[in-house]
Amino acid sequence: MIPEIGQFALILALALAVCQTVLPLVGAHRGNTAMMGVGRTAATGHFVFVAIAFACLTYAFLTDDFSVLYVANHSQLALPTLYKVSAVWGAHEGSLLLWILVLAAWTIAVAYFNADLPDAYSARVIGVLGFLSVGFLLFALLTSNPFDRLIPAAADGGDLNPLLQDPGLAIHPPLLYIGYVGFSVAFAFAIAAMISGDLDQKWARWTRPWTTVAWLFLTLGIALGSWWAYYELGWGGWWFWDAVENASFMPWLIGTALIHSLAVTEKRGLFKSWTLLLAISAFSLSLLGTFLVRSGIIVSVHAFATDPTRGFFILTFLAVVVIGALVLYAWRAPSLDSDAGFGLLSRETFLLLNNVLLVVAAALVLIGTLAPLVVEMMTGGKISIGPPWFNIAFLVPTLPLIVLLGMGMHTAWRTQKTASWWRLLRIPAIVSLVLGVVIPLFIYGRISVLLVVGCAAAAWIVISSLIQPVRSLLREKGTAGIPRSALGMSVAHLGMGLFVIGVTVVSAFGIESDQALQPGESIEVGGFEFHMVGLSNVRGPNFSAIEAEIEIRRDGEFVDTIRPQKRQYLVQKSWMTEAGIRAGLDKDLFVALGDQLGQNAWSVRVQYKPLIRFIWLGALVMALGGLIAISDRRYRRSGRESEARTRAAEAAA
Amino acid sequence: MKRLFALVAATLLVSSAFAIDEGKRFDDPELQARYEKLISEVRCLQCQNQSIKDSNVTLAADLRREIARMIDEGQTDEQIAEFLVVRYGEFALYRPRTTGKTLLLWIFPFLLVLLGGYALARVVKHRMSLPIDDDITQEGQ
Amino acid sequence: MNRFVWPLVAVAALLVFLVMGLKHGDPRALPSPFIGKPAPQFELPTLKNPEVTIGTATMAGDYALVNVWATWCVMCRAEHPFLLELAAQKAIPIYGINWRDSRLEAMRWLDDLGDPYLASAYDEDGRVGIDWGVYGAPETFLVDPQGTVIYKHLGPLDRVIWQREFESRINSGGPAK
Repeated sequence: MIPEIGQFALILALALAVCQTVLPLVGAHRGNTAMMGVGRTAATGHFVFVAIAFACLTYAFLTDDFSVLYVANHSQLALPTLYKVSAVWGAHEGSLLLWILVLAAWTIAVAYFNADLPDAYSARVIGVLGFLSVGFLLFALLTSNPFDRLIPAAADGGDLNPLLQDPGLAIHPPLLYIGYVGFSVAFAFAIAAMISGDLDQKWARWTRPWTTVAWLFLTLGIALGSWWAYYELGWGGWWFWDAVENASFMPWLIGTALIHSLAVTEKRGLFKSWTLLLAISAFSLSLLGTFLVRSGIIVSVHAFATDPTRGFFILTFLAVVVIGALVLYAWRAPSLDSDAGFGLLSRETFLLLNNVLLVVAAALVLIGTLAPLVVEMMTGGKISIGPPWFNIAFLVPTLPLIVLLGMGMHTAWRTQKTASWWRLLRIPAIVSLVLGVVIPLFIYGRISVLLVVGCAAAAWIVISSLIQPVRSLLREKGTAGIPRSALGMSVAHLGMGLFVIGVTVVSAFGIESDQALQPGESIEVGGFEFHMVGLSNVRGPNFSAIEAEIEIRRDGEFVDTIRPQKRQYLVQKSWMTEAGIRAGLDKDLFVALGDQLGQNAWSVRVQYKPLIRFIWLGALVMALGGLIAISDRRYRRSGRESEARTRAAEAAA
Repeated sequence: MKRLFALVAATLLVSSAFAIDEGKRFDDPELQARYEKLISEVRCLQCQNQSIKDSNVTLAADLRREIARMIDEGQTDEQIAEFLVVRYGEFALYRPRTTGKTLLLWIFPFLLVLLGGYALARVVKHRMSLPIDDDITQEGQ
Repeated sequence: MNRFVWPLVAVAALLVFLVMGLKHGDPRALPSPFIGKPAPQFELPTLKNPEVTIGTATMAGDYALVNVWATWCVMCRAEHPFLLELAAQKAIPIYGINWRDSRLEAMRWLDDLGDPYLASAYDEDGRVGIDWGVYGAPETFLVDPQGTVIYKHLGPLDRVIWQREFESRINSGGPAK
């Protein structure tokens, strides 16, 4: 009964989404306030019904309703409750429903927090978001219905993929989707602006906070995925340039460019066509990512098990959305040119460089992901593009970007006097170079050109990011400190710096060793002794495992005991490695069990990972920076109030 | 649907194991380093998204054995790469070799950056010629 | 064409490519680098009698199927009845390469299920498998009378695939259909 209610709710949601699309768009075109007002109401109803559908699916999981095919495939009686909930979005159909829910949520957020926006504009935004909802709801109802029945019902389910039975991975999709789907708001803002032809700076100011929120959630989602891969997959790696990872990374790169481009457009009315194009691209890449993951076109450990029919549907939808947007763009963009100028040394130049380099980086990731497919289709041969290519190719645009980042932050708009600029930056530059040599040599005992460059670049970003906040802290009492948006920028860039430090140090100084080990034996890695005390059998709710007790010592002193496991999940019979990790901000000690070599002997992979936590800490700090930036006063003031204030100020001037 | 799901699960099963290598294969640290570098750059074709260093399926173990044998026989890295490519195609190597075809792949990032730089230079040059004083200023960034 | 139309053109091209990609088929399949080239030379003891050897020399002179199989391979069992059919019809000589298997188990398997092979080579350590670029069982190669590999199929063989990929090539006499 409940699943049928869920299905019916989805159909109602679709009907409301259609209203939400058509009426506001027509109303905005005709200036009909009543029709425009329908947008908010329809969006609310749409959200309510999608939420009901989602609740019904969750209920089916929680009550072990194996007469629902999706539940039967991805759950089982012995599955812990937390994972019964996360299983709702653990596979294709359910995660699609989550996407639809998140889209509906973003839509009502825009519908209710839009005091700034003129009615027609707001109506168009809601209409465009409605169009996107219609597409996804159709996709779900026509090809990927989570409420399909299994008759006769199964006695027990096929279990959730063991890899997904993890708290980190439980929140990973929601965070990611808030990000991906959030870019559709920027997209809708861009489309609405292009339809109305009204593309002045106000549009950029409205779009910015929404985009920043989406971006920060995407940052968190990607970071969580990376952290999860590290502790769950047993190899100690944190990024594999896997097609699905790339699919999430491309929108992030473009989203970052978009945030920065919006800053220029808001401040000086420049880069409008760039910003529009970036807004269109960010969301298009989100859609492309969905396509790559669910169509079976690309091999990936991550890909949902799905099929080409669904692929065709998404591709068609992608085509309609993106081509429609680009046609609007080709129509409106030519008239957007402004006559404002800027000097060679100016923040505009740096931000333009930023845009170009980020777009190049995203293009490289896209090409690297799709090239094997292109080559295979054209020549029948298979070429290999994996981490060795990506790691090098990606550095080509990003290394210059890192250096420029530290400079651009302190460059004035329009034109910057070289002398004062150099005076500010020369000491940080020198200190960074010195640290670039000192850190590898004295702390880790090795040196090479790449190490110096990496450490110097990381130090450079960190120091440069701290200049403004520190000055603000040390300012005279009573004088104004830096605004929140500037603080947010500094914090976000600082996060970037921490990230670069983590990547450089762990890549250069990490140690990995595969060896055979028996109870009573020890191995030495990175100055630590790993002693296998013993092996035992343990049982979990839905798995049985062999657990090794490993004692870590340093110079004879006891440090910690860790317990890596080799689990076998009872239903799917698949084996999973649970690494034993001694975590620390300065380093991780990581042990994973490999294979049983004999009665009691196992192969183990031991890793010494210095500063690896800085990678995810950096991402967290980046997201924090975004949060600080949007808490800036000017976004909290109501739109009418700030309009009145600006007008009053102009009149008085 | 179930079969595809099983395929994914099987892939994941495979991906959760890794190389046995009971201790060091070579006593000479230089040879051992060469060996480890080679096996980390050869794709495990049964799993397709892991190196034979990280994978523990039979084929991966067989390929590691062959590579070790070839190192014992004194073959160069290029000869070993050639051995694999003849049998499995370029796909077997994680790092594309620098041949005529793949050269394009390696210099492509630089080309793209240069292209971007050129476009940027044109824009900046144009903007430098326009008047700098202007219009609305907003506080903050 | 002004510069604002470029993104549209680029995206349209990308979409066309992606459509083609969808129709292209299984992304996991690896084409054999030996198609159109001489089959890798080998000589191995047979499964049933280690004294007798077979190899590429044995197969010369006629079209031949070289089928890589093993008892641990579930899909091999699935295709086995069809291979028996082909052998009964004397459609084409079928040679087996028993890959990374136990000799005893393999012989027992053939005794229980029937033997479609003129002879099976016993590739104990997998060297010949590697030489042929084998990476998953079952794999079936079509070799022409001159010893050139014309086609390779990954996965179980059935009548549809046999007719569409193998027979068509035998009739046309080369790698192209």
